[in-house]
Amino acid sequence: MTKSRLTLLQQDHSHKRLIKDKLVLALVIALSLVTISPIVLIISKLLIKGYRQISLDFIIKNTPDTYEAITAVANGEIIPGGIANGIVGTLLMVISASILAIPVGVITGIFLYENQGKFMANLTRNISDILQGVPSIVLGLISYLWIVKHVTMGYSALAGSVSIAIMMLPMIIRSTEETLKMIPQTLKEAALALGVPYHKVILRVLIPTGFSGLLTGILLGISRILGETAPLLLTALGSSMINLDMTKPTSAIPLLIWEFYNDPNMIDLIWSSSLLLMIMILALNIISKQIIANRR
Amino acid sequence: MINTIAEIKNPILSIRDLSVAYDKNYAVKSVSVDIKKNAVTAIMGPSGCGKSTMLRALNRMHELYENITTTGEVLLNNENIFDMPAIKLRRQMGMVFQRPNPFPTMSIYDNVVAGYNLNGIRVKKSEKDDIVERSLRDVALWDEVKDSLVKKGSFLSGGQQQRLCIARALAFNPDVILLDEPTSALDPIATSKIEDLLVKLKENYTIVMVTHNMGQAARISDYSLFLYLGELVEYGKTKNMFTTPKDPRTEQYLTGKFG
Repeated sequence: MTKSRLTLLQQDHSHKRLIKDKLVLALVIALSLVTISPIVLIISKLLIKGYRQISLDFIIKNTPDTYEAITAVANGEIIPGGIANGIVGTLLMVISASILAIPVGVITGIFLYENQGKFMANLTRNISDILQGVPSIVLGLISYLWIVKHVTMGYSALAGSVSIAIMMLPMIIRSTEETLKMIPQTLKEAALALGVPYHKVILRVLIPTGFSGLLTGILLGISRILGETAPLLLTALGSSMINLDMTKPTSAIPLLIWEFYNDPNMIDLIWSSSLLLMIMILALNIISKQIIANRR
Repeated sequence: MINTIAEIKNPILSIRDLSVAYDKNYAVKSVSVDIKKNAVTAIMGPSGCGKSTMLRALNRMHELYENITTTGEVLLNNENIFDMPAIKLRRQMGMVFQRPNPFPTMSIYDNVVAGYNLNGIRVKKSEKDDIVERSLRDVALWDEVKDSLVKKGSFLSGGQQQRLCIARALAFNPDVILLDEPTSALDPIATSKIEDLLVKLKENYTIVMVTHNMGQAARISDYSLFLYLGELVEYGKTKNMFTTPKDPRTEQYLTGKFG
């Protein structure tokens, strides 16, 4: 009698648990779908609205002027021209920002790793964290005051590069430090036990071993600044021609998106430009994910 | 206390009053021993007795960590190791660690000559080839890897990796090889290979190794050193220590009463 009661009770409970289990599973799946839906919606919208503009011309030609755009729209044609000036400007500024930020960031990261728990390192780490939280428009303002007003005496690619380089710095510093921390201490000891001087242990053992980690941090930093608009508005300004002079105003893809938004005749170009930018950022993200996966 | 400095003539290493402290806690307390040349000396003792700490003091590994202080004197061929540059000392005293730690970014070949490459010592390619072959033959790894020298060292099995690490230490022709429980992460077959190897290597090198495997100490060491709570309890020929230990604590340890 007692025994059968017990089994009955157990059955009851297990039934309830199964239902609860399924409910929670359904909730988890539903919320996951909610999380990924924005990115799916964004990309599909960009594809639907932007794919018609994407062609070779779009990549190798400069932005059309308003008159060309009006004519094309009136005739029901696709707006001619492309965003070559923006692509080149973005590449120019991202590359120079990387050249500025990577050495400083990696060296600072090594400093933090080597001086765990010390006052100067903690101070530097905290300041770098604060830097990460500084709104990008403020960095643009600072670069405007430093570079536009005093160095290049006008809007310039250099000023744009400096503003986005400052944005990259904290990410590179953090990822360098975290990567080096993940390298087992025994490897460092192995190198030292061979009589290798300390600076060579860092340069020839730790950095090569953590190289993929460093690269990931750098790629993520770049994908972050690729889409920056606000600081560039105050520093690089924009240009309708391809410009390779660091001291001259330069365009960038996000700047062009902003310009197209403000020109009712060019509105169609927003979608294709955004699509291109999105593809670049996604590609960088996928590459860095791949590097992380290969490292494991 | 028994006089622990055994009657060893022309010792390669003379350790005098060696103490190591983590912050204020002494892990090794005033140890004095002489280490015989071309012999295997085993440092035994239960976990946490300061075996590894003592071994690591010998090539000044503790200098990496600010909270560790080392005092005393260690003479290597009558030269105080604390007076010579650490880089020079470490080239004369190779070290093999508990877990195999080949450089993951380097090939097997580059791992063996890592000491030369990383130090920027220029050696002819033919000489390097010789060093690689000799070192790998010394550790009985040559036949297993001679066709895959360009592969990464981390592709090898644990036992092979550890032999690679010994080869890396041998490549510099050191006077002394320090081994910190070199087989504790390995299976019995790999362990026995490394034990055979160490017995063979003592012809040309002096070997000091930490082990908490008493059987291993009995099998391969000539001299044994028993540490307990950082103090040197007994030191002497392994044969004598295992048959007629002088200190009751050694006897208790060897008979498995503790540890």
